[in-house]
Amino acid sequence: MDIMPKWAEVFLVPLISLILAAILSAVVILAIGENPIDAVSIMIKGSVLSVRGWGYTLYYATNFIFTGLCVAVAFHARLFNIGGEGQAALGGLGVALALLFIPWPHWSIALAAATVAAAAFGALWALIPAYLQAARGSHIVITTIMFNFMASGLLNYLLSNSLKPIGQSDPATAKFNAAFDLPTLNGVLTQMGYKAARDDSVNITFLVAIAACFAVWFLLWRTRLGYQIRAFGQSETAAKYAGIKPVRITMIAMMISGGLAGLMAINTVMGEQERLVLNAVEGAGFIGIAVALMGRSHPFGVFLAALLFGFLYQGGAELALWTNIPRELIVVIQALVILFTGALDNMVRMPLERLFLRLRKPEAPPPTAPPPPGPTRPDHTPEGTVKEA
Amino acid sequence: MTFARKLMAATAGLALTAGAALAEPAIIFDLGGKFDKSFNESAYTGAKKWAEETGGTFKEIEMQSEAQREQALRRLAEDGANPVVMTGFAFGTVLDEVAPDYPDTKFAIIDMVVDQPNVKSVVFNEHEGSYLVGIMAAMASESGTVGFIGGMDIPLIRKFACGYAQGVKATNPDATVIQNMTGTTPSAWNDPVKGTELTRAQISQGADVVYAAAGGTGVGVLQAAADEGIYSIGVDSNQNHLHPGSVLTSMLKRVDVAVMKAFSEGADLTPGITVLGLADDGVGFAMDENNKDIVTPEMIAATDEAKAKIISGEIAVHDYMSDNTCPVE
Repeated sequence: MDIMPKWAEVFLVPLISLILAAILSAVVILAIGENPIDAVSIMIKGSVLSVRGWGYTLYYATNFIFTGLCVAVAFHARLFNIGGEGQAALGGLGVALALLFIPWPHWSIALAAATVAAAAFGALWALIPAYLQAARGSHIVITTIMFNFMASGLLNYLLSNSLKPIGQSDPATAKFNAAFDLPTLNGVLTQMGYKAARDDSVNITFLVAIAACFAVWFLLWRTRLGYQIRAFGQSETAAKYAGIKPVRITMIAMMISGGLAGLMAINTVMGEQERLVLNAVEGAGFIGIAVALMGRSHPFGVFLAALLFGFLYQGGAELALWTNIPRELIVVIQALVILFTGALDNMVRMPLERLFLRLRKPEAPPPTAPPPPGPTRPDHTPEGTVKEA
Repeated sequence: MTFARKLMAATAGLALTAGAALAEPAIIFDLGGKFDKSFNESAYTGAKKWAEETGGTFKEIEMQSEAQREQALRRLAEDGANPVVMTGFAFGTVLDEVAPDYPDTKFAIIDMVVDQPNVKSVVFNEHEGSYLVGIMAAMASESGTVGFIGGMDIPLIRKFACGYAQGVKATNPDATVIQNMTGTTPSAWNDPVKGTELTRAQISQGADVVYAAAGGTGVGVLQAAADEGIYSIGVDSNQNHLHPGSVLTSMLKRVDVAVMKAFSEGADLTPGITVLGLADDGVGFAMDENNKDIVTPEMIAATDEAKAKIISGEIAVHDYMSDNTCPVE
């Protein structure tokens, strides 16, 4: 049973969380002597009021769609995959290996190859924690976190020792073949005769991300495997009773999850930097957790939440570039938003639920009757909620 | 999108002449941060000095993520900032790509050579300055063992180490130089805790003078040296004041001078490669009231002599980056 109508659940709760985060951020900005209204206008101007701004907003959003889907798929199997960071880093390695050594004839074929390599590397990196969880009971949160560190160590080693061109200081690979440059929004607009910016920002990977949203929706709600994943997430014992194998489902769900995280690398490594740099992921794996929470683990919700975080990232970058607000503080503001929309979700939800219960009272029995039992809240685990779409 | 790139390059001149009137210079600091008490801070000092002397204003930006590099360069160029100065080798690849799109904007990059017609590359003869402080280290050391702690293990830092080792060996051929690098990633520029650990390890091996060429990590090195009562040598900025009496001297790399000069030249910045060495006072060591009691007249005499000989060519300090080898260990 739902206490709140669906619109309140989907829009009101995140909106109020956002407003609270915005108020607190404004206080923080005021405290260091800057004008919060100016700050907001810089953020909006720099992220959605110009073609360049949109380019970067969508570029960041593409990353967050992939990592958000990664966390969402695992959530449906009630697995908390916080290894998106490492899986995306390994995806980057896959992209680099696929593009550095093989002369693909066309960017579209290179993109297909990079996509396969990124997904495969990400999935394999998730496979080991998945096996340890499924067969040995090692908690997936611990193992995936450890695998993030191992991924960063591995990349560090490979970039410093094997993949770095001789004589280069930067721990990064050489540039990929220019023929593999992906079509960008800015490039397409320029070709159409529109005077756009020239940055390598949002590229065709954004469409891949949208396709991934549809694919995840189809998988979870339209296939037998998706049903098994959700059933397993709802109740392991019931799933077992129904003949669903926990080890198999855990491994498959985690590999899909890791593969989605790995796909992020085609956006950053192939699309934007066109070479593999150290720390190409830059925290997007962790943002994915907030995105999945805010998007209620539904692909469409993930898409919307990713857009919001894309805006926050690009807006934050603009603040860092054009104001005296120090960059550390921008991280604080971003963290506040994550805190309110992700971690403190129930802080907004519970008072709202009480409010909706009170609004319903007129329909309740007359006041002479014994008071209705207190608001019995069903166990809220948004990440595990299974709703037939 | 090579076709699109060509198209863009063709229209670049047209699009840009409009905004180029302002010509306010700009400086971009790399991920290490503006206040690292070393390399970036030296660049900031130069920019600030320029602003004080000319009354002009400048734009400044600190990098926060990889994706911002290109964005920052393009935005500054399009907003009419000229010249755009950036610190650190990490900008090399991006600048090489962006510079041709803005032929009317002048760029200057420090510590890296970018071969574009509108880019000025400023590099320093760090090996010469390090040679001089190596002489001082060898003379100040009583144990005959001196240390070197580098930041990120890149050829540039090995160049510091090699010049230093040559200076030490030229003064005391029996001396031992212990070398350590903090790490292989950019985080090695900002890890004072590891700097402290490495310093203590070197002290336990007998080192009594430690030279830190490690950006923000050096703060930990100098601190550990002061705590243990040995001498240390700072780098890039004048760090003598951090621990008076313990910091023997600082190898100065006049990033501030380079930035100031680039700002003063403004839009008329001459492109090409500029090498700043001892002869141009681009490198050297710091003397002030904080270290005048610990630097002996003999040290000054020895370094003055070496400096003259390096400038005249009588002493050739080997540059590690010329062949990626060092003649002394």
